[in-house]
Amino acid sequence: MKLKSKDLLGLQYLTKEEIQLILDTAISFKELFTRSIKKVPTLRGKTVVLLFYENSTRTRTSFELAAKRLSADTVNINVSTSSVQKGESLIDTGKTLEAMKADFIIIRHSMSGAPHVLARNISSHVINAGDGVHEHPTQGLLDMFTIREKKGTIKGLKIAIIGDILHSRVARSNIWGLTKLGAEIVVCGPPTLIPYEIEKTGVKVCYKVEDALKDADVINILRVQFERQQENMFPSVREYSLLYGMDKEKIKLAKKDVIILHPGPMNRGIEITSEISDSVNSVINEQVTNGVAIRMAVLYLLAGVH
Amino acid sequence: MKLLIKNGHVIDPENKIDSEYDILISDDKIISVSKRINIKKNIKIIDAKGFIVIPGIIDIHTHLREPGHEEEETIYSGTRAALAGGITSVFCMANTHPVIDNQTAVEFILLKAKNEGVVNIFPVGAVTKGQEGKELAEIGELKKAGVIAISDDGNPIMNSLIARRAFEYAKMFNLVVISHCEDLNLSKDGVMNEGYISTLLGLKGIPKESEEIMVSRDIILAKLTKGLLHITHVSTMNSVELIRRAKKEGINITCDTCPHYFTLTNEEVRNFNTNTKVNPPLRTKQDVEAIIEGLRDGTIDCISSDHAPHTEEEKNKEYNLAPFGIIGLETLLPLTITQLVKKNKISLLNVVSKITSNPAKIFNLSKRGSLKIGNIADITIVDINKTKKITDFVSKSKNSPFIGMELSGFPVYTIVSGKCKKL
Repeated sequence: MKLKSKDLLGLQYLTKEEIQLILDTAISFKELFTRSIKKVPTLRGKTVVLLFYENSTRTRTSFELAAKRLSADTVNINVSTSSVQKGESLIDTGKTLEAMKADFIIIRHSMSGAPHVLARNISSHVINAGDGVHEHPTQGLLDMFTIREKKGTIKGLKIAIIGDILHSRVARSNIWGLTKLGAEIVVCGPPTLIPYEIEKTGVKVCYKVEDALKDADVINILRVQFERQQENMFPSVREYSLLYGMDKEKIKLAKKDVIILHPGPMNRGIEITSEISDSVNSVINEQVTNGVAIRMAVLYLLAGVH
Repeated sequence: MKLLIKNGHVIDPENKIDSEYDILISDDKIISVSKRINIKKNIKIIDAKGFIVIPGIIDIHTHLREPGHEEEETIYSGTRAALAGGITSVFCMANTHPVIDNQTAVEFILLKAKNEGVVNIFPVGAVTKGQEGKELAEIGELKKAGVIAISDDGNPIMNSLIARRAFEYAKMFNLVVISHCEDLNLSKDGVMNEGYISTLLGLKGIPKESEEIMVSRDIILAKLTKGLLHITHVSTMNSVELIRRAKKEGINITCDTCPHYFTLTNEEVRNFNTNTKVNPPLRTKQDVEAIIEGLRDGTIDCISSDHAPHTEEEKNKEYNLAPFGIIGLETLLPLTITQLVKKNKISLLNVVSKITSNPAKIFNLSKRGSLKIGNIADITIVDINKTKKITDFVSKSKNSPFIGMELSGFPVYTIVSGKCKKL
C-alpha cells in the first residue's frame, strides 16, 4: 500500500488506512533508535529543506533528525535572514527551492493554508509542519502513535483535549486522526476558545474540565497560546489556570491508568503543574521520541509517491 | 445614423413589454418601438430573431480602480469589460487612491470616462473625507460635480452619529447613501464566513451577524432620518428578512445583491482558492436560497457585480494575505440567467428589472433603464441559449471563482447611446 498524495497537508485528507500505514511504518523506525547506529541509507541523495516561518524547537529538530537518520541531506532556511525579509513571496521562495532540486519542503507557517499554496505551485513533496490554526499532521500522528503504543488500540478510548481549542492546529489534527480510528473525543475549554460548530466533526464539547476528565483514558493538554491572545479571550491567566490548569486533584477524576500528553512547549504552572507533567502518567517525553520515528515514516512513504 | 433592431423579443419591465417588437434608433435616441418597422434605406439593421432585447444593463456597484490601482483595472479596460458583459452603465465606487471625496476627483473620473470609456460611467462619491468615517465630505459639491450617489463602500461608517448625519444631510440633495454593512469589530481579521468550514480550515471567520447588526442599525437610522438608504451586496438570510420587514413598515430602503451570493457557498473556500475571498464572504446554502427568494419577492431590488479586480500577484498567495474581491462585469448577466432564469427560480421579466429599470428608478437615472420613446438608446441584446465555458476576460484582472464554469445567456450586441458593438 502507498500514500495517495505527494504531499502531507493534513490528517483530514488521509484515509484511515493511510494513517494506519504511517503508524505501522513508524514502529520499525522506532526500533532503529535502540541500536548504536541509528541511521539507514533509505533517502541517500535526497534533499530535505526546512522552511520555518514560525519559531519551533522540537518540530524542526525532529524533522531534521528524521531526515538525517534516513541519510537525506538537510538544509535549514532561517526566514529571518532570508529573502523573505526582502519581500519575497512564499511561491517564489518555493520555486527557488524547487529549482535547486529540493525533494522535500517542510513548511511551518503562521497562516492556515500556506502549505496548500506551496504544494499547488511546486512539484517537490510538501510536508505541513503546522499551518496557522489549520493542521499539524505529524503532531497528530505522533500523538496517535504514542496512544496506540501505550493503550494497544485507539478504538473506543475516551480522549479529552483540554484548553485553547480555537487556536490549536494540534487539536484539529488530533480530532481528524483519532475520530477516523474510532476514539471518543471530548474537547474542553472556555466557550470563547471553542471553535464554531466543532461538534460537527463528531466530538463532544464541554466547558467544565471535571466533565471532560471523567473516566478519560487519555488527556491531551494544549498550550495556552499567549502569542494569539490579543483579543481578551479570557479574563486572566490566573483564572484560566484555576479553571483548567491540570493538577493532582483534577486528574483523580480520570481513569487510574490515564496517560497525559502535551504537544509542548509547556507553560508549567499554567495549563499543567510540574507534578503532573513529570508524573508516571505523563508520556510527554515519549511523544518527542516518537515524533522522530513518525517523521521518518512520513518522509519514507512520501518518497515512494510520484 | 439610424439603427433598426428587428424581430427581437423585447423585455422592458418599466413599460410591461414582454413580446416581439422592432426598435428604431436615431443617433443616440429611441424613436420608435412598434410591432413592425420597415425601413430599408440608409439604415443599419440588426436581426435579433431568437434573441431578447432589453434596456442596457446598469451595474450599480463596480470598482474601476482608477486613479491609484491602474495595474488592476482602468476606466479604459473596465468599461470594455462592461461592454463585453452587456453592461451599458456602471457606477464606480469611491475607494480609489486618492478617494473620490472632492469635486476635482469627480471631474477626473468624468473626463477620463469621456475620453477613454466605452460605457456610461456614474461616479459614486465618498460619504466622509478619505472614507475615514470621521468627517462628512463636501456632499453638496460632490453632487454638483456629478456623483450619482454617495458611499464609503469598503470602509463602513462605524460611528452611528456620523452615519445619522450623512443620511440627514444627503437628503436635501436627494442623494442615496449606499451602505456596505459590516461591524468591523465583529469581523476583525476574518477572511471567510464563520461556520463549520472556517473551523475546519483554521481561517478566521466573519460572522453573518457583523453584516446583520449594521443592516439593523442602518434601517433604524433610515427610519429616524427619513434619508435614502441603499444597502449593497446583501449576503445573509437575516439581512434579507430585516430588509423585508423594514420595507413592510414603509421605511425608505432599497438593496442589491451580487451573483456570487446566489451562486456560491463557503464550501468553495475548502481548497484555499483565494478567488473565493470576497467581502462580505460567501455564505451558506441556506443564505443562497434566502437571497434568491428575496430577489423573487422583490425584497432585493437590484443585482450588482461588485466587480473588484485584483492582479494575479496579489491573489496567488496565502489566503490571509490575499485581498478581498472578485471580478464580475463579464459574468453578471450569464450568472443571472443561468442561476435564476434557467433554473426556473425567477421570471426573465423580473430579473431584467433588477439590472435595468430598478437601478434607474432608485438612483434617478433619467432616460435610461427602459425602452421608452425618447430615451437614450442604451440596449443589450442577449442570446439566452448561448452556452460558454468561462475561460478568459476583457478585464485587466482574472480573479474570478467562476473560471471553468459553463454558463448560459451571453450578450450578442451592446448598444451604448446608439453606438452598437457586436460581441
